[in-house]
Amino acid sequence: MKRRDFIQQASAGTALVTLGSLGLQSFTSLNNTTKITILHTNDVHSHIDTFEEGRNANKGGVARRASLIDSIRKENPNTLLLDAGDIFQGTPYFNYYGGELEFKLMSKLKYDAATIGNHDFDNGIDGLFAQLPHAKFQFISANYDFSNTIMDTQTKPYQVFQKNGIKIGVFGLGIELNGLVAPNMFKETKYLNPLEISQDMSRILKTEEKCDLIICLSHLGYNYRNSNKISDLSLAKATKDIDLIIGGHTHTFLPKPTIVKNSDNKNVLVNQVGCYGIYLGKIDFYFDSDKNKSANGTSIIV
Amino acid sequence: MRFTHFLFLLYFLSFLNCKDEKLKIIKIEGQQIIISDSLILDGEIENFIKPFRDNIQKDLDSILAYSAGTYSKTDGELNTAVGNFMADAIYSEANPIFKSRTGHDIDMVIFNHGAIRSALNKGNVSKRTAFELMPFENTVVVIAIKGTQIDSLIDFLRTSKTAHPVSKLKLVLNQEFKIMEAKIKGKNIDKNRIYYVATSNYVYSGGDNMSFFKPNDSVYRLDYKIRNTLIDKFIKLDTIEPVIDDRFIQIK
Repeated sequence: MKRRDFIQQASAGTALVTLGSLGLQSFTSLNNTTKITILHTNDVHSHIDTFEEGRNANKGGVARRASLIDSIRKENPNTLLLDAGDIFQGTPYFNYYGGELEFKLMSKLKYDAATIGNHDFDNGIDGLFAQLPHAKFQFISANYDFSNTIMDTQTKPYQVFQKNGIKIGVFGLGIELNGLVAPNMFKETKYLNPLEISQDMSRILKTEEKCDLIICLSHLGYNYRNSNKISDLSLAKATKDIDLIIGGHTHTFLPKPTIVKNSDNKNVLVNQVGCYGIYLGKIDFYFDSDKNKSANGTSIIV
Repeated sequence: MRFTHFLFLLYFLSFLNCKDEKLKIIKIEGQQIIISDSLILDGEIENFIKPFRDNIQKDLDSILAYSAGTYSKTDGELNTAVGNFMADAIYSEANPIFKSRTGHDIDMVIFNHGAIRSALNKGNVSKRTAFELMPFENTVVVIAIKGTQIDSLIDFLRTSKTAHPVSKLKLVLNQEFKIMEAKIKGKNIDKNRIYYVATSNYVYSGGDNMSFFKPNDSVYRLDYKIRNTLIDKFIKLDTIEPVIDDRFIQIK
């Protein structure tokens, strides 16, 4: 009798302690919605300085972008900064320094990842490789097979980021290089079907990596009218489990992100910010526990 | 006893509850933020860029000519003033080099509309202008092709309905985009003749799907950057005043 009391008391004690910690956890997630901010650029094309003249006068510039990103990060440390490719080519900075300054500045701005655009091959695959030591961010590309090239092992198909307990999976897609880049520039880079790769990637990120947020960083192009060429819009419709496609290549200035229904009839956001660092894309995802989710589902404000 | 049971119940309830508690996206907000001059310049970044910028500026900013207007590649349907200027500059600057090396003249020039990367803006023109128009390291190549391939070239222009810049070629289409007139240097195209067509190494290697250069008799690589043809042209001119003309048009 005495012994049984002791066990009961001990168990009760354990239960209390465990309950306490669990209670605290659910308390924080109940009351604090977690906000993840995704910042993105694309097709900056070596535009480091603010435009001095023309229709984009007084717009753009890395030093101004830096202060904007800084203030956003101060407001929300749970921020990712991504680039959708074509970092190179467009101003003398590239012609004189081969992309060194572009990568150094992106590193200073603390970019988390970038995918590879067709113009990033403009000094050949060797020219891209030569600048990699200046990049302190990850290059991600799931559909370029670099295994027979100097870029082998330099890129990852995807990267998973943890921000305040939230897992964000980002995978990269590049455009078909044949017809766009001279074969002696991309050498033995193999282009793999973006649709098939996306289906693999979203499955891996959803079921194996258990990501809460899945982002496709694409240089496929926003949309091709009267063509069956794969684009961000067609990819969004034909896949599932992707929450956001950040695009590039077509220099599309979207007034706001596009909402597309995927193959599961769920919403996907497709965004692109034109080119030359004139805009910064900002997508905020608010996370909460399932039980706090409103009956209306996710509200999208664009 | 009863209190302990209650605690056990609470423990299991909260355990189950937590297992179910998956994080979900409840709200998404998206916006495009303009990088305007109301944003502060980050001093550290600015200081980091400065030596790179100064070094380039020294080389780029000496004034070479004056542009009478602003010429954009979107002004014009099948030919544009800026495209005409560039194609004509490739012809006039590259032809003497080609002739001295081979004894032949360039018959015509074609390159891709997408290669024009900015407008030619009104005002002073410098090396920088050439970099803006043609930032790529593309070089001039001259390809010897048969008259039958010129037909494929013309067919490409006809079906692409794009203002790909040309020089020394005259192409007139009717309402149905059928060829009404096709001439090189004022003469009808001879299917049996060899033509020397200047283009960029990008186009030659199949860029923008211009696939009519292969097979060919020979390829002459001039090792002359297209940008440098523009710079050399700027040096020779005081005022640049290109026009949209009738070299590639559709009669409506």
